[in-house]
Amino acid sequence: MATLDFSFYTWANISNYLLSGLYFSVSLTIAATIGGIALGTVIALMRLSNVKLLEYIATWYVNVFRSVPLVMVILWFFLLVPSGFYDLFPGGSGQKYRAEICALITFIVFEAAFFSEIVRAGIQSLPRGQTNAGQALGMTYAQNMRYIILPQAIRNMLPVFLTQTIVLFQDTSLVYAIGAYDILKGFEIMGNTFGRRIETYLLAAVVYFVISFFLSMLVKKLNQKIRIVR
Amino acid sequence: MIEMKSVSKWYGTTQVLNDCSVKINKGEVVVVCGPSGSGKSTLIKTINALEPIQKGEIWIDGVAVHDKATDLPKLRSRVGMVFQHFELFPHLSVTDNLIIAQIKVLGRRRDEAKKRGLQMLERVGLIDHQHKFPGQLSGGQQQRVAIARALSMDPIIMLFDEPTSALDPEMVGEVLDVMVGLASEGMTMMVVTHEMGFARKVSNRVIFMDVGGRILEDTTKDEFFGKIEDRQPRTREFLNKILQY
Repeated sequence: MATLDFSFYTWANISNYLLSGLYFSVSLTIAATIGGIALGTVIALMRLSNVKLLEYIATWYVNVFRSVPLVMVILWFFLLVPSGFYDLFPGGSGQKYRAEICALITFIVFEAAFFSEIVRAGIQSLPRGQTNAGQALGMTYAQNMRYIILPQAIRNMLPVFLTQTIVLFQDTSLVYAIGAYDILKGFEIMGNTFGRRIETYLLAAVVYFVISFFLSMLVKKLNQKIRIVR
Repeated sequence: MIEMKSVSKWYGTTQVLNDCSVKINKGEVVVVCGPSGSGKSTLIKTINALEPIQKGEIWIDGVAVHDKATDLPKLRSRVGMVFQHFELFPHLSVTDNLIIAQIKVLGRRRDEAKKRGLQMLERVGLIDHQHKFPGQLSGGQQQRVAIARALSMDPIIMLFDEPTSALDPEMVGEVLDVMVGLASEGMTMMVVTHEMGFARKVSNRVIFMDVGGRILEDTTKDEFFGKIEDRQPRTREFLNKILQY
């Protein structure tokens, strides 16, 4: 086994490779969470609607994305979507950030399948009487969802959302497959530059661990808080 | 004001309402009682179409509830309903519980809605609790807020679905007091309850339902609580049981 050498671990070296990758990974996590919850809510509502066609589409959407590895979805999107798609973005930015755009879209689409199941469980966990109460006050289906059901469902599901977000954050490392510049990519370049890949991958693991662990602690705290309010 | 004509309802092949006909005039207080599984709650929920019916007609103030073309949200906004488990919205403060439907459904301005809501809260004796959340209130208080919420919509009739059966005994009185007050002011009310004291005190009519969703009796209060020998055997059995203690 080669001896490890950590002498190049200076802040100047690390920050040089870490920061822009970290920025992308975190942005992707936040954007995919927000986009995933938004799209996931729509899919959950479709699944719970009594319109057979919508139910069918939503069920298949969820089943397909839950049964396929994320990295494949990323690769397919990257390889199959024609280059013209990226011209839709202004000022040539589409071509420049091709991998990043591809990552963002696939993550939202993929995560929506998971978030939709969380939203659905959240809605179904509410007593039926809540829906009845909203209806009895004269609310339409949309009003009932918007003001009564979804706020409660999403609040109840907050810890689960955050847990999913932590998984999502770790999954962002998969964008290495299409060469987007995330945390892992930054450290890979650093490792190649210094000829020290084992050390930089170790450091990458530490960065993922610290952030994920911190978020997990946060979820735990939040759980306790919610338990008190309920 | 309310008229149900030969209403029947099935869950799958199980019949839960069997040819029920009821008429409630303006200002009347009608109590519905009967053993569990007799379809009392289902009956009251068909009036504002929370439970759909398969046969028969239901009219509220000239509007056909059973008609598919009827604007149900609009109709329901005129019918107040109080539930067994209160069903306040736990994520909203007491005030917001009172005003949300006024604003979103009736289109009232916020200050106008708040004024009306707080008037009703005052009336159920809970004005000091306006900033609290439902979870901070006792069951009896929650139910009174629920009544205030329904009243804030200025309903033409109030439906009560076992309003006291989920309450601790010591809280039943405070809720019944509010209901007695409402009745004495001439509110049209339909009340599913086992509180025979309430029925005796304020109701005009008593409806007795039996298993299978049939209305066995629909009589005036005096008749119902008069000579028990005049009641149907099934009613007698029920009354003997619940009046025993």
